[in-house]
Amino acid sequence: MKRALSTALLSRAAKPLLFLLCVAPLAWLVYAAVANRLGANPAEALIRSLGDWTLRGLWLTLTITPLRELTGLAALARFRRMLGVFTFFYASLHLLAYGWLDMGLSLQDIVDDIIKRPFILMGFTAWALLLPLAATSFNKAIRLLGAKRWQALHKAVYAAAVIALLHFIWMRAGKQDFAEPAVYGALLALLLGWRVVRALRRG
Amino acid sequence: MMIRTPAPHEPLPSEITPRSVYLNRRAALAGLGLAAGSPLALAQASAPGGGKLPKLPGARSALAGATVMDKPTAYADASSYNNFYEFGTDKSDPAQRAHTLKTRPWTVAVDGECAKPGNYDIDALLKLSAQEERIYRLRCVEGWSMVIPWVGYSLSELIKRAEPTGKAKFVEFTTLADRAQMPGLRSGVLDWPYVEALRMDEAMHPLALLTFGMYGEVLPNQNGAPVRIVLPWKYGFKSAKSIVRIRFTEKQPRSSWEQSAPQEYGFYSNVNPNVPHPRWSQATERRIGEDGLFAKKRPTLMFNGYEAQVGQLYAGMDLKKFY
Repeated sequence: MKRALSTALLSRAAKPLLFLLCVAPLAWLVYAAVANRLGANPAEALIRSLGDWTLRGLWLTLTITPLRELTGLAALARFRRMLGVFTFFYASLHLLAYGWLDMGLSLQDIVDDIIKRPFILMGFTAWALLLPLAATSFNKAIRLLGAKRWQALHKAVYAAAVIALLHFIWMRAGKQDFAEPAVYGALLALLLGWRVVRALRRG
Repeated sequence: MMIRTPAPHEPLPSEITPRSVYLNRRAALAGLGLAAGSPLALAQASAPGGGKLPKLPGARSALAGATVMDKPTAYADASSYNNFYEFGTDKSDPAQRAHTLKTRPWTVAVDGECAKPGNYDIDALLKLSAQEERIYRLRCVEGWSMVIPWVGYSLSELIKRAEPTGKAKFVEFTTLADRAQMPGLRSGVLDWPYVEALRMDEAMHPLALLTFGMYGEVLPNQNGAPVRIVLPWKYGFKSAKSIVRIRFTEKQPRSSWEQSAPQEYGFYSNVNPNVPHPRWSQATERRIGEDGLFAKKRPTLMFNGYEAQVGQLYAGMDLKKFY
């Protein structure tokens, strides 16, 4: 069983398949926008959906390492980078959709909004933290920075996840609707908690 | 019969009489017709409904501000994109779940500081005064807007009949809260039942509409059937849906949203582009179904464009403090 899984994960088709899976949400959103299937407020639906997929992507990225160590499926490591880069891709689309559809691409309005509203500031900060990670996501960057520094830099992903979660909680606070943020919060607590326990055990 | 052909330089009658004036005349005629039960009473709704609910025609209102010239929102949008938390917090929830709401039998209790309290059966309430069609802008606190042809009559008609006493300074509205019919009550989003309130002079303003229908039909459940209020100059959440009780009070009631998030939602909640919500600006809005995906949002108007009609209610008040 484990060997079969490992072979599947190492197969040539695995990465292209994951690529297609990662593109699928965007493909559906583009189709739905064109086919007028996003409901009465398509702009809001687009912005929120892109935000949802960013969170899902980030959480999946953070799942790779625990899953790899718990299952012993070393081949899973092949997919972490693609998931991480796609997370940044969806985060950027989310930011672009907000800036364009909500703010009419007015830089002044966007800057004012980021300064004035903590919930927007949180979202922007999370994106800004992901930016250097995406920018150093190629092999040469690891060599240029040195593995130690590269790893230290990429620990920023934990901060980005916590801040992104705060952004989501704050957004839902208006409706006091914490059911979904609670699920994301519990999953993130597991993902980060596992890392804390591992670090303590290693001493 | 002599047919007179106007000379080429003569203006046509339709060019002399402004549209709003002749529409008002027709409204007045239709209003008379309604009272007399003549066929004129069957005024055409200004926008088509869903065609599935019983018709509820209303004569066009002659009241100033009662008929905006904006294009009405499509019925499909107005009846599928709703905030009605008793059926869930997602805006698509009410349309999917509100079929469980039973709108007959239905009674509205009118009580509190008044000489003539009473329990009104919904069918009696429907006939209490002549139904009018009012085309109002609706601005949601979330930053979107619609234009809806409502059917109802001024809330003041009902209030007058209850004869509020000198102590009645406020009017409180309570929405039905029945777990069997409303799945959203299981969540703790708000303290149920949903309560909204107005100052007496606000409630008596002729634009405050006791509403039974929209688009020439009775209200769909998700829009607050069988009876709700509509206050076009306030954010949408002030317009309580599926009302079971109207109470006159001396002290200012605490509305549900005021109780749950006082820093975000005030008692007045008048539409005001100059007072931002803590988490977003209220300066602009997106008109549902009209402003395209990439269109710039339109500016929000003071009191949602009803300043000429309701501005005097708030003369001298600091609207930043009393938001």
